[in-house]
Amino acid sequence: MSDVPLNPGDAVRSPPRPRTRRDAQFDRIRDREAARQGTKLRGGRFLSKFLNNRLAVVGLVIFASIILLSLAAPLIAQHDPKSPNLRAMLDPPSAEHWFGTDRTGRDIFARVLYGGRVSILVGLGSALLSALIGVVIGVYSGYVGGWLDWVAMRISEIFMSFPQIILVLLLVAILGQSLLNLIVIFTLTGWGGIYRMARARMLSIREEEYVQALRSFGLGPARIAYKHMLPNALGPIMVNITLSTAAFILQEAGLSFLGLGVPMSVPTWGNILNAAQDLRLLENAWWVWLPVGATISLFVLSVNFIGDGLRDATDPSQQG
Amino acid sequence: MQPSEPILRLRDVHVHFPIKGGVFKRTKDHVRAVDGVDLDVYKGEVLGLVGESGCGKTTLGKAILQLVRATGGSVTYHGDAGETELTTLDDAGLFPFRKRLQIVFQDPHSSLNPAYTIFGSLEDPLRHYGVRSRAERRKIVGDLLEAVNMRREAMDRYPHEFSGGQRQRIGIARALSIEPELIVCDEAVSALDVSIQAQVLQLLMDLKREKQLTYVFITHDLSVTEYLCDRIAVMYLGRIVELCDAEELFANTLHPYTEALLSAIPVADLDRKSERIVLEGDVPSPVNPPSGCPFHPRCRYAQDVCRTDVPALRPYRTAAGGEHLAACHLIDQPPAD
Amino acid sequence: MTDRTPGPDPELALSVRDLKTYIYANNRCNRALDGVSFDIHRGKTLCIVGESGCGKSVTAASILQLLPELSRIEEGEIVYHGAEGPVNIERLKRNGRRMRAIRGKEIAMIFQDPMTALNPVYSIGFQIKEMLLYHTRLGKRARHAKAIDLLRSMGIPLPEKRVREYPHLYSGGMRQRAMIAIAMSCDPRILIADEPTTALDVTIQAQIFELMDTLKREQGTAIMLITHDMGVVAELADDVAVMYMGQIVEAGPVGQVLRNPLHPYTRALLESIPVLGRGKNQQIRAIPGQTPDPYDRPTGCQFAERCRYRVDACAEMPPETQVSSSHRVRCWRHREFMADAAE
Repeated sequence: MSDVPLNPGDAVRSPPRPRTRRDAQFDRIRDREAARQGTKLRGGRFLSKFLNNRLAVVGLVIFASIILLSLAAPLIAQHDPKSPNLRAMLDPPSAEHWFGTDRTGRDIFARVLYGGRVSILVGLGSALLSALIGVVIGVYSGYVGGWLDWVAMRISEIFMSFPQIILVLLLVAILGQSLLNLIVIFTLTGWGGIYRMARARMLSIREEEYVQALRSFGLGPARIAYKHMLPNALGPIMVNITLSTAAFILQEAGLSFLGLGVPMSVPTWGNILNAAQDLRLLENAWWVWLPVGATISLFVLSVNFIGDGLRDATDPSQQG
Repeated sequence: MQPSEPILRLRDVHVHFPIKGGVFKRTKDHVRAVDGVDLDVYKGEVLGLVGESGCGKTTLGKAILQLVRATGGSVTYHGDAGETELTTLDDAGLFPFRKRLQIVFQDPHSSLNPAYTIFGSLEDPLRHYGVRSRAERRKIVGDLLEAVNMRREAMDRYPHEFSGGQRQRIGIARALSIEPELIVCDEAVSALDVSIQAQVLQLLMDLKREKQLTYVFITHDLSVTEYLCDRIAVMYLGRIVELCDAEELFANTLHPYTEALLSAIPVADLDRKSERIVLEGDVPSPVNPPSGCPFHPRCRYAQDVCRTDVPALRPYRTAAGGEHLAACHLIDQPPAD
Repeated sequence: MTDRTPGPDPELALSVRDLKTYIYANNRCNRALDGVSFDIHRGKTLCIVGESGCGKSVTAASILQLLPELSRIEEGEIVYHGAEGPVNIERLKRNGRRMRAIRGKEIAMIFQDPMTALNPVYSIGFQIKEMLLYHTRLGKRARHAKAIDLLRSMGIPLPEKRVREYPHLYSGGMRQRAMIAIAMSCDPRILIADEPTTALDVTIQAQIFELMDTLKREQGTAIMLITHDMGVVAELADDVAVMYMGQIVEAGPVGQVLRNPLHPYTRALLESIPVLGRGKNQQIRAIPGQTPDPYDRPTGCQFAERCRYRVDACAEMPPETQVSSSHRVRCWRHREFMADAAE
């Protein structure tokens, strides 16, 4: 290891690298560290990562306010969402009717608020129910494997390969239009996705050594699967729930728009949109479709932001 | 050390994993992970199980604990209540024996559940074995952590707050929690930094003395076995090729594979550099092991007989009067039987 | 080694002077390398030895400018001495044309895990020929012939057949040979090997060591080998640099450092591992405690907290001291250890 001194001019002196914006950022971090040597970062990493994600926080605020407004609909709305007012048909937005009125003179603001209750119930309810079914089956069969896993897999494939629209037509034809039917249909067609995800997570967690250790203690499979393995699969499952909530709300709007969802008399976001199925209204009465359309988009967007935030916060490989 | 009575007796243990393929998932072939192992583990000893990756040492360790079920042969446990055949017991029947046999894993990063605190991870087995009160469980977990030189308060923290060496110690504490008699250490120090390895090795030795434990120490590192083990079994392709006291193995190596393995280990001592015996090629696949002696394609002494006949594991007399088992046709001293 | 003549040493391949590389992930600053200096010579192997987190891999990444995005070289020089005169690597653009020309052609690197370092969708031959295509002017036929030659010289049987095969058909040891074949395809002056055998079995490790020794002897390649295993150092190294917490605490020819270690950390490392052949009664001495938090490094000697020989002076950072023409150490008490050794 001889220490030959390097004469200046020995090396080809290319100019130093130009500074970039990143360099300034690095300098700030370095100076801050030098100033407060010895202090440690504390606090929940999960929470701070989530709160550092601006979009996720914005999403959470929008999500919470839409839900609160819908829940408090009777206190806020001055009009009954179902009673027509023939003297005020297709009124544009005014101080009396904030979002205007529809063709039968019903207050659209009130309908959007009350519609939110049904739509969010369908969306969140179906998502939670399908998650419950998918997780309960997926976690156990993924851990135990064998014939149980095979059977569950085939059943999920059958449900997932069924065209949803045919199931809907079938159920509507047999049972008629109702809120409950919609939730049942969404749950039946939706659990497969979460089941597969939960199962896949279990297959990889099953190989972890702490699971082997629990087995070597002779603990039962249900306890190992639900108590010890499930918490480690919860991150992606939560993300999936938020994303499918958004998807179900859009599907409800779509099916109601086609007249297959909730009965037209019940205000839902989809039914309100459905009322705008008319070129004349689309062109001349923007208030019939724009506010509700914007609300749906806003809600779905906020749920997606929350889902992304959750994913980033629970993924240890992503540095915040 | 003169071995006392056996605690475990393995006879002709086979573990074959099926390889499934084709449309109907038919079994096409078998991976012969463990292919006929006879082995006794004596009370209070440290038995080293050495070999390269794929030699079946980890599978054998798991077969002892019934985490992998043997497809042939017998594993008998010799306890106070006499002998018990473990391979035929179901989960409920195994329950009392799970308490006697425990395992410490290799990877300190995956051996603790990240979702629970240390107490959350360690309390469940205790509850399972009848410790009903939470206060009692907290006391036991605290005592265990102190036994592995950690602070009691560590039980309320999460695994990611600990370094690799600390996690490995927690893993050892977990194995100790139900007071087993025999612990299988599966590469328990291999994933640790060198400066931490010695801490964990010394902890294992101290615990063995205090609690009269028996270890089956699975490793690829012969330098560690020489330091730690009383007896060493060298495995190659699912079989034991050499088995004897540790000192005897290093002083009087009989099997050519052990010889090559020993010479291949880099030694941190410039005055002990010996000639490297470089083996040609790779370990053959355990799906189609070579005919005859499994080592013959890489063996520099191989003769015709090695290609056709499988050598039996035969005992030879040692200078000290002990037994030295080796499976090779070409050992130039007569077997002791 | 004791070259005192002025002017650059013709055997010098790379010199690193007072290199500082900081990593800025998570809005924190990790001073991963804190003033590292060493030379690599042609036909010699320099082993960098240390535990995880000591900065040995960051050193390799700095030399090739393969550092993670959120990091930079703060100070110091990395001078590559190539055929066309010295080049200051730290001044080149990370992914500029000149840096890419040095990577692979002048300085090549092999990694720890041969299972993931090869692309599974291309044949081994394709991956070698791709390097030749980028860095040489060889024609198609010549490239194919050279790929076969390379595989043969790495000791891969049936190279004509193997050259067309995909990585999954190669075993772990064969893949590492193929990696070395790719690395050596453009006759680099320097080969950086980052724990090349950690993922391999000992009998395969011995094969790879044999190969690296041959490269050094026959092609005069300068090798920088990163390892955590003192055994590997004893086996392969000409020179050794012991790293701890981003600094070289001791460096010198392998005979001097291993026979006569002057830094307490080097001594502790050597005493903490069982050595084959020393029997069951050998003393091993664990190093107490653990490596400090990289975000909260001690201000003085980095090893002081765990050191048996600690004195008050250790609260301040000891300077790197040259104890002989080629042996240097960073410890306040090295003179006492030298005197001990002389007795």
